Amino acid sequence: MTDQVMMDVQGLEIRFGGVVAAAGINFQIYEGRNLAIIGPNGAGKTTFLNMCTGYLKPHAGKIIYEGEDVAGIGPRKLVKKGVARAFQIPQLFAEHSVRENILMAVAAASGYEAPLTRLEDISGASEADRILEMLKCSNLAERPVQELPEGQRKLIDIGVALALKPRLLFLDEPTSGVASTEKFAILEIIAEALEEENVTSVFVEHDEGIVERFADEVAVWNRGEVLYRGTPQDILTHPDVIRDVMGGHV
Amino acid sequence: MKPALFLAGILLCAIAPWIIPNSQVLLTIALSKGLAVLGVIVLLQAGQVSFGHALFYAIAAYGTAFLGKYFGGGELFLAMAIGTISAALAGLLVGLFVVRYRHIFFGMLNLSVSMIFFSILEKFYFITGGSDGLRVERPSVLGIAMERGPFEVVLFYVALVCAVLAMILIHRFLSSPLGNHLRAIKSNEVRLEYLGVSPRLVLLKGYIVSAALCGLGGSLMAVTLGVVTPEYAWWVRSGEFVFIAILGGSGSVGGAFVGALVYEGVRTYASAFAADVWQLILGGVLLVVILFAPKGLIGFIKQRKASNLRPRSSKSAAGEALSK
Amino acid sequence: MNAQILALALFDGLSYAALVFMVAVGLTLIFGVLRVLNVAHGSFFAMGAYTTASVGSAIFAAGFAPWLAFPLMAVSAILIGVLVGGTVEKLLLSRIYEMEDVLQILVTFAVFMMLEDVQRLIWGVQPLFESTAVNLLGTIEVFGIVYTKYQLLFLPAVAASVLILLRLGLRHTLTGHLILAVTEDREAAISIGIDAQKVYLVTFIVGASLAAFGGALASATTSVIPGMGADMIVLSFAVVATAGFGQIEGAAIAAVLIGLGRSFAVYFYPELEVLMPYLIMFVVLLIRPNGLFAPVEARKI
Repeated sequence: MTDQVMMDVQGLEIRFGGVVAAAGINFQIYEGRNLAIIGPNGAGKTTFLNMCTGYLKPHAGKIIYEGEDVAGIGPRKLVKKGVARAFQIPQLFAEHSVRENILMAVAAASGYEAPLTRLEDISGASEADRILEMLKCSNLAERPVQELPEGQRKLIDIGVALALKPRLLFLDEPTSGVASTEKFAILEIIAEALEEENVTSVFVEHDEGIVERFADEVAVWNRGEVLYRGTPQDILTHPDVIRDVMGGHV
Repeated sequence: MKPALFLAGILLCAIAPWIIPNSQVLLTIALSKGLAVLGVIVLLQAGQVSFGHALFYAIAAYGTAFLGKYFGGGELFLAMAIGTISAALAGLLVGLFVVRYRHIFFGMLNLSVSMIFFSILEKFYFITGGSDGLRVERPSVLGIAMERGPFEVVLFYVALVCAVLAMILIHRFLSSPLGNHLRAIKSNEVRLEYLGVSPRLVLLKGYIVSAALCGLGGSLMAVTLGVVTPEYAWWVRSGEFVFIAILGGSGSVGGAFVGALVYEGVRTYASAFAADVWQLILGGVLLVVILFAPKGLIGFIKQRKASNLRPRSSKSAAGEALSK
Repeated sequence: MNAQILALALFDGLSYAALVFMVAVGLTLIFGVLRVLNVAHGSFFAMGAYTTASVGSAIFAAGFAPWLAFPLMAVSAILIGVLVGGTVEKLLLSRIYEMEDVLQILVTFAVFMMLEDVQRLIWGVQPLFESTAVNLLGTIEVFGIVYTKYQLLFLPAVAASVLILLRLGLRHTLTGHLILAVTEDREAAISIGIDAQKVYLVTFIVGASLAAFGGALASATTSVIPGMGADMIVLSFAVVATAGFGQIEGAAIAAVLIGLGRSFAVYFYPELEVLMPYLIMFVVLLIRPNGLFAPVEARKI
């Protein structure tokens, strides 16, 4: 854990029609601290991720990353700068196998190959196997992603993001749609992988148990604002948080 | 496709003119069209269908005709190169514009560009010969002027070699990272952007490749038929390419040529024996293929073989637990 | 450039726009509801024209009253819409709604090819011409130009009525509500018990009848020839794309735009006649990628 600011969000604002999804957010993401974002549906969490990954252009404010404002520059450029993303609904290439999905990310990240090199023969091909190994999905390598259950698809989605060698990874509800008995197991795998790859993560999560177990820090979100921020212990027992965000029960 | 089957197919095609009488020109035409269809198939990989690719076919055909007209017949391989390159350049220009669009808009814009070109061909008759078109001089082959008979033989084998090379190269292209990213445009463009890849740039590259293939087919067609008319750019011609792609199977490079051979065969015999209803027959064939073998003839053959050889892959494995 | 030619171009453009609109509005309606781009739409136009012209010639030769030309148009249109359109939807389209849009377009392309031959088998390749309706209404002189009332007044009036009736029908009838519900959100509509299949069938028949009606109206002003369906379909595609898919009022405006563009080209730059509709579409789509009147869609993740 460090106090090095990785991404500095300043006065971020965005509205959709009359709905304010971000109302002047000031927020820092610190290198090496896994940050959980919690809050009710419609609090603007996914919108925040969309802005931090360049997909949405905020109406006002700055997102400083590596010394420059990256607000609205598009996911493509941000990926090249080491900011990747995993999705709430896994975004995979439906007609490709698990391994091909990872390989395509490896190929995208690794630059020049001789023309007409087969995807499976690219120079970084072993990287795909390493990632699958790390995510304990090696046995799924040849399976079409469409056949997999949601939980496994989510892991592959994260694997695709990791194949891009990010420094900062945004995860949108990594355990939603996963059976509650498997949530911890999945997040265990993800956390280990992030650790091993030395990736700082920001993840949106609803499950307090998961937040408590895996986050170094928690930010509470509502109506486009950050209400509270602190360690999981402090935040999850904070009476106001319990009342405002979790509907009075833990 | 299995190498053995692939080789057998090529061999069969290579000796076909000796077995089936009067089939040589027909086969050359089918191979030329097959090249254009292969171009359409490249774009179908990205889930995009163009109803205007006859544009590139026509540009190359007219390029070939002009070459012959102004340079005394010209040279076959030069004509093919010029046709292909001019089609690729046109593909770059049109592509820069159309790759911003998807699906129906993509198809429609391609259609409109080809229609614009079609009407230019018709209206500017002092250059293009109007609706009568232009005669294409028979080019020399490596500097040797040839009589019609031997020229047609050479042309057939040139077309066959082109088709084989195109199949191999395009197969490799589609297996490459770029080809896979092209296919990814069909399934998930958002993820592609989140890989740091520009879908538009990928589609543009695919578009140029597809235009070049249509160009190669168009030049071959022009020298085969000895005449070019605006009909080369007519939208029904573009529709025909898509039709053949689906007929043969858009999922594989062999489908283009299987489809083109079957199509030209049916068309020739249907228009000879049932001139009034050949479109009716073709339309019916297309409907049957789409409804009962949506992966085309190639897919149909593969599927039959697969189900004969091994039991269907069980999907039960999909249910296995994740945590292990 | 004198005023008479301007007026002529204007009149030509408007009457032509009225015909194109009839075809385009059916196309856009079908696309809005079924999400299928119907290439066979041009065939309905041609068959409406052929039916009206051939039946008209027969009955007027047999001495029936000329005013029957007008009801004949409506009857032919509905007949083609129900018999041909209904059959195509029921037998073919209903099987392909789950398919990729490429295959859907090709199915309608196949139908188009087949119907081209069917037309040739039924009506041959000789041009048909039957202009009783035009002659009946006579001519009118405007700005010193003698123009047929049929083209100058009747066609635009019919197109406008169709536009109004369609809008009223969609807003104020039960069928209209069902169609709008399916257009808005297919899954939601099905989940509350709307019989989408039936809505598709009705919409397709209405759309096909409109195209056939366009053909019926056109048959009085021009020779009915093979290939007229193909020309019309590309043109109405251009209209629909210019307006934005599914836009009914938009189709009317785009039809006028393209109709006028085309007729002015005919008088002033004849080389551009065929080009004009596409140039207009081109420019429009360059500026507004989803068409003039389509709402900008937000991308969702």
